[in-house]
Amino acid sequence: MSLRVRQPGVLSLLQDRGRFGQHHLGLTTGGPMDLEAFLLCQRLLGNSADCTLLECSFGGLEVEVDTDTLLCVTGADAPLLVNGKPADLWTTHRVHKGDRVQLGHPQRGCRNYLGVVDGFQVTPQFGSTATVLREGIGGLRGEKLAPDDVLPCRSDTRRPRLCVPPAERPHYAGQLTVRVVPGYQQQHFDRLQQRRFYSATWSVSQRADRMGYRLEGPVIRCDIAGIVSEGICLGAIQVPADGQPIVLLNDRQTIGGYPKLGSAISIDASRMSQLSPGGTVHFAAISPHAAHNALHMHHWRLQHLPLQPLPEE
Amino acid sequence: MTAMQLRHAGENAILISFANEAGDEPAGPREAAQVRAAAEAARGTLGDDLIDLVPSYASLLVIYDALRTDHFSVLRRLQALQPTIAKAIAAEGGREIVLPVYYSTESGADLERLARECGLAIEEVIALHSAAAYTVYAIGFAPGFAYLGHVDSRIAAPRLATPRKRVPRGAVAIADRQTAVYPAVSPGGWNLIGNCPQRLFDPEHNPPMPVAVGDRVRFEPIDRQRFLALGGELS
Repeated sequence: MSLRVRQPGVLSLLQDRGRFGQHHLGLTTGGPMDLEAFLLCQRLLGNSADCTLLECSFGGLEVEVDTDTLLCVTGADAPLLVNGKPADLWTTHRVHKGDRVQLGHPQRGCRNYLGVVDGFQVTPQFGSTATVLREGIGGLRGEKLAPDDVLPCRSDTRRPRLCVPPAERPHYAGQLTVRVVPGYQQQHFDRLQQRRFYSATWSVSQRADRMGYRLEGPVIRCDIAGIVSEGICLGAIQVPADGQPIVLLNDRQTIGGYPKLGSAISIDASRMSQLSPGGTVHFAAISPHAAHNALHMHHWRLQHLPLQPLPEE
Repeated sequence: MTAMQLRHAGENAILISFANEAGDEPAGPREAAQVRAAAEAARGTLGDDLIDLVPSYASLLVIYDALRTDHFSVLRRLQALQPTIAKAIAAEGGREIVLPVYYSTESGADLERLARECGLAIEEVIALHSAAAYTVYAIGFAPGFAYLGHVDSRIAAPRLATPRKRVPRGAVAIADRQTAVYPAVSPGGWNLIGNCPQRLFDPEHNPPMPVAVGDRVRFEPIDRQRFLALGGELS
């Protein structure tokens, strides 16, 4: 029981929620760049949040189904075809042996999550199946999907078909305001530099990947070149000598020595990861209390948003 | 009492940092012992509220589950650890690990140049590098890459102007007053002076690393024959 990969697409990686508790070995977190689309995919399928899904960046995926199960794709606005017929995203579909599923290139957003009931059955490494290419750990062989890869899964004919109501689906625009909890190294950036950072329109550069999004805009100067290397959290915004900020994401190095302006909140880091090069970002400072509230409101919604039952196909 | 600072690093992260009393180096054995003690204490006090810890030279990043707890609670619990952590001294905790190293020009591509630039004989570089016990200050850059300090200032050397695309697994290297063993083939800009045949990161092994932050490492010179017998490879 499996899905067979016919076309792996540009960058398709098996990911669970992420690898935690291993930073002391120098291992990073990995996991889904867009946690919201990932978690909604799990909910639609009736899965726990820890199941392994496929993160497909920039589309181009084609798989052949070898079992009867429910399949669902969430995330970027990309054309989905089941046996050549258009199918909805944010919706579970009953698929059968021999069915072919194709995911085209996204128009808005750039990452999709493809899941099946109970997720893909792969062996965890260091407590997680999350694929981190830089470390060669997780997924299948620590690598991205390749043609003819087999993704083991379970069959299911019982779980109900569901969809996220259209009005509740995320809208991936080409621009985004990212909320930032200002950090303790902010004092190394003078008032002008801070004002520049929070007022500029930043453009996502070509060097934007799962490690971090490098942005282009006015040069931000810092009165120190570096700090003693210290731990880096998700969303940390570091400013290297060239003055162009980098927002560090799931596959970031665990320690680093560039000064930091603050840290993007996780909800907005997720949204930012749907931007492609050329997308634009503004930053807005918020307090740790406001960040905490935003996180709770967001997760409450993800857990309780009513899903819409669908008739059997 | 040593100053211990707690600061917000993000929506679910607090950085504990320790003032460096050692002078011009980023941290000394005392800070390393405090970081280690802080990690143990934070693990104990936070329990399931803890997601991850990142120990580094003079700091510990504490990442907590903000859906289970909040920064007020975490700050209060970490602040209460101060007396325990302040007592940590360099000699406590941590183990001493001896790693075999084949120092040579065939296993350390920069050994000859480094000796020349330092105005020393190759044998003197080897003697100085293998004489000291180094503290593990941080693990990062790549899985299992341990930052060790500090080498004798007579063999300190700046990073290469152009990093190598491929540094062999086990390469023993110096950058400024830091030294390290490359756990896997990777790009790198440190000066290579030898090779360690012992695996520094093995996902199949438990524990996957022979060292942890706060441990002490000594290097023991071995000859070519012993290096090969221990499974060392010359590229």
